[in-house]
This record gives sequence, C-alpha cells and structure tokens, in this order.
Amino acid sequence: MSAIEKSGDIGAALPRRKIDFAPALLPFLIALVAAPLIGSTSTFVTLTFASLAMGLMLFTMASGFTLVFGLMDVLNFGHGAFISIGAYMATLVFAPLILWSQAGSLGLNLGVIFLAVAVAAIVCGALGLVFERLLVRPVYGQHLKQILVTTGGLIVVEQLLYALFGPDTIPLALPTALRGAFVIGDAAIEKFRLLAVIVGLVIFAGLSLTLNYTKIGLLIRAGVENREMVEALGYRINRLFLAVFMAGSALAGLGGVLWALYREQVHASVGESLTVLIFIVVITGGLGSIGGCFLGATLVALVANYAGFLAPKIALVSNIALMVAVLLWRPRGLYPAGGR
Amino acid sequence: MNLLSGDPPRGRALAALLALIVVILALAPFLFPGAKSLNVAATILIYALLVASYDLLLGYTGIVSFAHVMFYGVGAYGVAIALYGLGPGWGALLIGVAAALPVSAALALAIGLFSLRVQTIFFAMVTLAAASAFNVLASQLDWLTGGEDGRSFQVPAALRPGFHLVSGRVFGAEINGRMISYYLVFAACALLFLALLRVVNSPFGRVLQAIRENPFRAEALGYRIVYHRTLATCLSAIVASLAGALNAIWQHYVGPDTALNLSIQIDVLVMVVIGGMGSLYGAIAGAALFVIARNYLQGLLGALSAAAAGAGLTLIAGLLHPDRWLMWLGLMFILAVYFVPTGIVGRLRAEDKGSG
Repeated sequence: MSAIEKSGDIGAALPRRKIDFAPALLPFLIALVAAPLIGSTSTFVTLTFASLAMGLMLFTMASGFTLVFGLMDVLNFGHGAFISIGAYMATLVFAPLILWSQAGSLGLNLGVIFLAVAVAAIVCGALGLVFERLLVRPVYGQHLKQILVTTGGLIVVEQLLYALFGPDTIPLALPTALRGAFVIGDAAIEKFRLLAVIVGLVIFAGLSLTLNYTKIGLLIRAGVENREMVEALGYRINRLFLAVFMAGSALAGLGGVLWALYREQVHASVGESLTVLIFIVVITGGLGSIGGCFLGATLVALVANYAGFLAPKIALVSNIALMVAVLLWRPRGLYPAGGR
Repeated sequence: MNLLSGDPPRGRALAALLALIVVILALAPFLFPGAKSLNVAATILIYALLVASYDLLLGYTGIVSFAHVMFYGVGAYGVAIALYGLGPGWGALLIGVAAALPVSAALALAIGLFSLRVQTIFFAMVTLAAASAFNVLASQLDWLTGGEDGRSFQVPAALRPGFHLVSGRVFGAEINGRMISYYLVFAACALLFLALLRVVNSPFGRVLQAIRENPFRAEALGYRIVYHRTLATCLSAIVASLAGALNAIWQHYVGPDTALNLSIQIDVLVMVVIGGMGSLYGAIAGAALFVIARNYLQGLLGALSAAAAGAGLTLIAGLLHPDRWLMWLGLMFILAVYFVPTGIVGRLRAEDKGSG
C-alpha cells in the first residue's frame, strides 16, 4: 500500500519534464516582425484581431481531424465535407428564421446563430457516425486505402450538396446586430469576429479541460500515446474512437457555420479549399495534438492576414512557406503528439 | 519479351484486352477518321502515360501524391510558354520541354525531401497543399501563364491540321499534320511506357516494391528508403511532365482547368484504381475505360436525367444530371477500392488462374 501512497514522492524524484516554450513564442515573433512593416498601429490591431478570429475558426475545424489521426492513425481526407455540410445547415436554419436574424435584438440574432450551430453540430455528428461506419471502419490500419476512400467520400458529399442545393453560391447575410465593427481609437474590430473569437476560445478551453481533467480525456490521451495498452486495460477503443470521430465531425460542422457567416456566402467547394488550410495547420502544429493544432492555426492565420495585407498575391504561398520553414526547424511539426 | 522487360501482361484475357486496345489506338486515324474520336484516342494515350507514371508512386512505392497533376501542368505550361513566347518552332518546343523537366524534378525533390523524411503520410497532405498553391500561382501570374484564360499557341508547321505530307489519301485517310501529331503522341507514349516498365522491373523497382511491402525490413536490408522514395517521386514527376507536354502539343492550349485542376488529379486516382494498382498495364486498361466512359456515358446520364425530369422526379433528375458525373465516379471509386482493389488487371488475371 505504501507504494501507492508514495507515488507522489516517486514522481517528485523524477526530473521534471522540460516544457518546450520556443514554438509557443513564434506567434509573438511573427507579430513583432510584421508590426514595423505594416506601420500603422490601428491597421496592425485590426489585422491581428482578424487573424485571431480566423485562427480560432481554423482551430475549431482542424481539432477533430488532428484528434482522429492521433487516436486511430486515421487520415480523414473527407473532414472538409463536414465543413461544407455545416455551412449548408446554416442556410437551412437562416432561411425560415429571416425575421429573427433581421431583427435588431442581439438576443434573437444570437439565438438564430445558436440554433444553426446546434443543428449543424447534430447533423454533422450523426453523419460522422455514418461516415465512420461505412467508409473508415473497413479500412482501419491501411493508410493508402483510408486516403483513397475518404477522398472518394469527400467527392461524393460535395456532389450530393451540389445536387441538393444547386451549384451556385448561396449568400448568407449576417444577423443585423452582428454587422459592423466596434471602433477603438482608429482600429476597427468587427463584431462577428469578436463572436468567433469567443466561441473559438470556449471550444479550446472546453477541449483542453475535457482532455486534461476527465476520465474520457485521460483515455483519449492515453490512446493517442499507446492504443494497444488502453485496449489491453479493457477499454473499447473503437467506441471511444467513434465518439471522437463524431465530436470531430460536429466541430467541423460548427466551424463551417462560423466560416459561412464570416464569408457571408456558402458554396460546396468550401470544404475542399479549407482542407488545404487545415492540412497546413495540422502539419505545422504537429499531428495529433490539440495544443499544436491551436498554435498552428494561430500561426497560419497570422501569416495569411499579414501576408494578405503586405503582398496579396502571395497569401496562399506564404502558408506553404511557413510550413516549410517549420518543417525545416522541427520535422514533425511544432508539438507532435505521442512521439509520432 | 525484352521489349516488355520480362514482365508480360500474364493472363490470356488481359493480354488479349491490352492487345486489342493497343491495336485500335495504333490504327485509330484510319479506323475512326472523325475529329472527336481521334481526340478520344489521343486522350487515352496521354492519360495512360500519366496514370502509369502515377502508378509508379501509388502502386509500386505505396505513397499517395496529390501533386501529380501539378507536374503534368509544369510540362504543359513549359511547352505553352515557350511556343507562345518564342513562336512556333521545333527549337522552342524543345526549349519548353527542356526547361520544364528540371523544374519538375526540383519541385519533386523539394517536396520529397520535406515530407518523406519523417512520415509518408505527410506526403499526401503536403502535396495537396503544394498543388493548390501552384494552381493559385498559375492563375495569378497572368503575364507568364495567361491567368485563368490560359494560353493558346501555334505548334510547329508540320503538326498543324493544314499540313499535308503526301497529297491524296492513304487507306482512306489524309496524312495531315493532325495525324502526324497523333503518331508523335503515340510513339512518345509507347516509348515512355516501355521505359517505365523497364524501371519497375529493374533492381531499383524491386526495392520500391520491397519498401511498399515492408519499409522496416527494406531498411534493415540496407536500402535507404528516403532516397528510393524521393527518386521514385522525381522519376514519376518527370514522366508526368512529358505527358503534360504531349497534351499541350495535342491541344494547342493550356489553362488551369485542363492542366492543373484538382479534378484531373481525381480522374488519375480513379483510373489507377480501376485499372489496377501495382501493375503498369492497369494504366492502359484504366485510362481506356475511363476516357471512353467519360466521353460517351455522360450523354447517357443526360438522357436518363431528362427522362427523370419528364417524369417529375426532380431530385433524381438532379442526381443524374451530367454535371454530377463526378459523384457516380466517386461512388464507383469507393466501391472499387473496397471490392476490386486489384482493378481490371487483377480481376482478369484471377479469372485466368481460376479457369486454367
């Protein structure tokens, strides 16, 4: 019995694991370098805040992808499909509730967004179940087939969306109370971006707390480190994985709603184009880790916004440059999970 | 036998099918003199080469690339920019090809070194990102690439439809520049295909297959897997560029939609899987089936859609609309990966073994 009680002491005897700070300082470094180039303070504040909003939306969409990979080694190239589905769910909810979103009241406006988010999350979570059972489960452990099959899934979903909603871009107006911006000094902070930041931070906090302080989170983290061991201890990792897959799909759908409102338009190709950004985020941050995903999303958004302002033509290429630079420094990304 | 590098199709049904396809393609200008059918035949040839070079990566080395069409585009744009800028001449054509190949090889080397060093699965994601960035770049640099509109250009005089090698008809067909172009494409594709066959049956090709089957063991036997994978990537990129150059010569036009679009990449994936991964012969069968289906089945889909619309079934009409062809392709693709992972080649070989 003493062994158990003393376990705290044994832990104290071990050298503390070094916390790797260097990558976490990167966003500040980039902001410091960009600030003098941009020149005006107000533009800098606006751009930085826009990056924060974009980064948190990217994080919301990418977190499911990275967890699914971390837990089961599953590369889901169809992840973007759920973003598109989420975006279309937003149009479905907004259309009949046009009076709510046109009303001046913030409560009604937030209500309609909340409803859209809830519908998107539920629908995407449920479809995640179908997707996992039909497409992913039969090809566990076979990377090549996983990539092929999930790519096929992305195409089929995208084409189905075209067939159901038409091939044209659908405009999606922001609710009245969320249009415009707060002006602080000369810096404009768009209201919707503030909402996106709040939602993103809540999700980040929720995910971190769940992973670090709950039994399920413990099992997920243990599964990321060593799947066989968790299985050997008697936990059904497949069921856990299914839950993570559904949650990840729901988060992608939620991110899709936010992204659709941010762009104020919906098109089925949005999932495909965001998949590229998500990949860059996840590779930069390190596959499988939530912290890395958060950092990667922030970096990608900062670079995209600064580069978009300073040299618009190279915005997408700048992300590739960021990824290459990070991979040169850390070949596995900034904070990879489980020694991958 | 030597020509096929000691790797014949194996299987009577498969050999017969391939022989039929090759003979038809070789005689296409005489059998089907129409412009559309000749175009279909040339597309089959170019796609067969592109798919074969992709199979070197996917089927033989076991890595998934989403940037293969990027290399195809590099070759196509190389020829287009050279012929557009320097005028229609054989010299310009050669300069275009000679400039495109090192660019392709360097890009492939860079991507390979960055993403194959740690994990092969990085490769799939990095190539997708690189390909989409390249696509954006090509449509942004108007002054060089013509932007979204692409570039139309003149080919050397001997390849233009107006050119006649001999007056009058030979076996009922005109020997004009179009036919010379076709046979140029045919000869180049055949040569490069045989060269690829040589590569996969060389000791180098055997090592690639060993890496695909068991990377740890291959490494333990002393083969540097990063070196082999990267070299395979560069080789397949070079062949893809050549296929792109042939496509540019054939079409007299290069644009983002015909040379860089992600949907071409998807087409290539589908052709590899349907034809059969891990056998170059699959490329010929897959490309032939796919191109014929795309050119002639889309009409059928349209007729079915119109019939459904006439019957008041709007949803079904929408699903059967010819523009939704990609959805049926995607479904076919998923089913093929699950149920016929060895493709046409594997099926036909298995049938032969079963009966004989």
